[in-house]
Amino acid sequence: MQPVLEVHNISKRFRISHQTGGYLSLRERMVHAFKFEKTSVEDFWALDNVSFEVNPGESVGIIGRNGAGKSTLLKVLSKITPPTKGKIISRGRVASLLEVGTGFHPELTGRENVYFNGSLLGMKRREIDLKFDEIVDFSGVEKFLDTPLKHYSSGMQLRLAFAVAAFLEPEILIIDEVLAVGDAEFQKKCIGKMEDVSKSGRTILFVSHNMGAVENLCSRAILLNQGSIVKNDVVSAVIRQYQAMFYSAENNLYTDNRTDHTEEAFFRSIEVNTTGNQPSVKLEIKCQLVSTRHHKTGFVAFDISNSMGITIMQAIPVQNPFLSYSAVPQTIKVEIVLPPLIPDSYRISAWFGSHNTETICWIKEVVGFEIDQSPTPGRNFPHSHNNGFIIPASSLKP
Amino acid sequence: MPDVYEDVIDSSRRGLFNWKELWRYQELFYFFSWRDIKIKYKQTALGFLWAVLQPLLMMLIFTLLLGRALNLPNQSLPYPVYVFSGLIIWNVFATGLTNAANSMVNNAMIIKKIYFPRLIIPVSSILVAVFDFAMAFVLFVLVLIYYQQPVAINAFVYWPASLLVSMLATLGLGCWLAALNVKYRDFRYVIPFLVQILFFVTPIIYPTSIIDYPYLQYVVASSPMYAAVEFFRFPLTSAMGNPTLVYISLTTNAVLLIIGIIYFRRTEDYFADLA
Repeated sequence: MQPVLEVHNISKRFRISHQTGGYLSLRERMVHAFKFEKTSVEDFWALDNVSFEVNPGESVGIIGRNGAGKSTLLKVLSKITPPTKGKIISRGRVASLLEVGTGFHPELTGRENVYFNGSLLGMKRREIDLKFDEIVDFSGVEKFLDTPLKHYSSGMQLRLAFAVAAFLEPEILIIDEVLAVGDAEFQKKCIGKMEDVSKSGRTILFVSHNMGAVENLCSRAILLNQGSIVKNDVVSAVIRQYQAMFYSAENNLYTDNRTDHTEEAFFRSIEVNTTGNQPSVKLEIKCQLVSTRHHKTGFVAFDISNSMGITIMQAIPVQNPFLSYSAVPQTIKVEIVLPPLIPDSYRISAWFGSHNTETICWIKEVVGFEIDQSPTPGRNFPHSHNNGFIIPASSLKP
Repeated sequence: MPDVYEDVIDSSRRGLFNWKELWRYQELFYFFSWRDIKIKYKQTALGFLWAVLQPLLMMLIFTLLLGRALNLPNQSLPYPVYVFSGLIIWNVFATGLTNAANSMVNNAMIIKKIYFPRLIIPVSSILVAVFDFAMAFVLFVLVLIYYQQPVAINAFVYWPASLLVSMLATLGLGCWLAALNVKYRDFRYVIPFLVQILFFVTPIIYPTSIIDYPYLQYVVASSPMYAAVEFFRFPLTSAMGNPTLVYISLTTNAVLLIIGIIYFRRTEDYFADLA
């Protein structure tokens, strides 16, 4: 049987120009033309010689840390951006879902958006006509079909968007972390739909941080790191390798000595230590925040995620902004009383912002800690992620 | 799998456009234009009437202010008809060009997330301007009836020809500016000036004949819209301007079309990285 997708030595280079941010302006171009100094351009290989094959009906997960090249790979596979080197042969209709609801317009009604979005995703008008009722059924927004989208709640928009995508019938479906959003019930529905898709013999390429979802959905996985394939094997083996690579206990200190920060503030260092014993472990976080220029008064928050990449809790020491601009680095010490967590490697993301939706800086999963004891005294039986991450204190009432 | 086709993605560039692919995506042309038209007139009380009102109001303003002040040589056409016939075809270009030139940047979010032939975006934004033209054309016919303006039978040839020429003029320059705009946002500010300058260069509110200097006439004729305007008025006046001027305009048009399309094709692959 011929593979449905052949990827041969794909590389993708991005040019990072150090002076210009984002797009160029003509003036900059002209100024540089008259200057003799060269703009400092740095080559960055987002993908470096990546090759693999996918057989019909296979579901392949693509995992890796932030910046490993996963999204670039998906963009190259979906023809959004061309590879710098290499070749891809695909046999069959490819549909890519790098985002749910691409092209959704707030002024258009639900019905109109279904047609436009469906057409963007490659559906024929006739196809949309045929599946329209099913799509609406799946989304559960039939009452609001002729209401402009701007009056929808974000949950409703998401349902509608996913419903359109769910009824795509390509031979190859490329999905980027679209499941990271939405409520739990809806996520379940989506995973269920994707399982149906893979069972019906179509091929799925799925990128996610959520190891649980990858394990459920995929038979094989590819681990990317710094643009190259580290491992391409059955899903359980690849996830094990991923956890071994990135969740080692020795990683309790993070320092950042870069001087070219563009954010208004950044964390120069983050250090974590645990004290105490299960089930009442305390986590101490010490970090240094440096302001590069004036910024709004803000506060810090810490996300704690497990080795499956699922964020299980968020600690916000103070609800109100308390850190204003300071010319000298500020040291913040936080103590977190951990709930009775199951043994695992945990990662911490540090966030600083002025408001819940206004991020000044956010550094993801750079430090971690290890819990190696069960929160239940005397328990030797291993814990599984399938039964949750926290073992709350419980007792029989007399 | 019934219709299995192989698709190869690689780093080398292939040909000018993939016509087969464009054909496969024909419905998306329609959907993009349909969406833009819908959005344009959403939440407006007058809706499509605006497409008619804009040229009508412009005609009234120019007639009242310029029609008298300019002291134009006696024309075979009543001044309001003269202005309206110019404006209606000019608007295809002006609206189409502005839409097309900004279309890539406006749809950046879509370009970054989904693949489809990029040419669809500027082309369908031009179709929106053609839709406005169709609306205004109804009013144009009413104006002709009101002024009892005779129309030659060759209108069936010259009006479509004029529309085609103005669409091609819009497409060439529009694609070029759209691609440039993705790379250098400066062009966003250049477009209104360009449209404004061409408006005064093209004989819309005044006839070329009032220009005494022949060389200046050649400059005027280099406007890509000169030929389209002349074609549009020909069935009304039965007098075509200097044919040399028409050829000059058509040549400019063709050159711009070639440059625009080639530049667009050469850069379209990288729009997602730059937008």
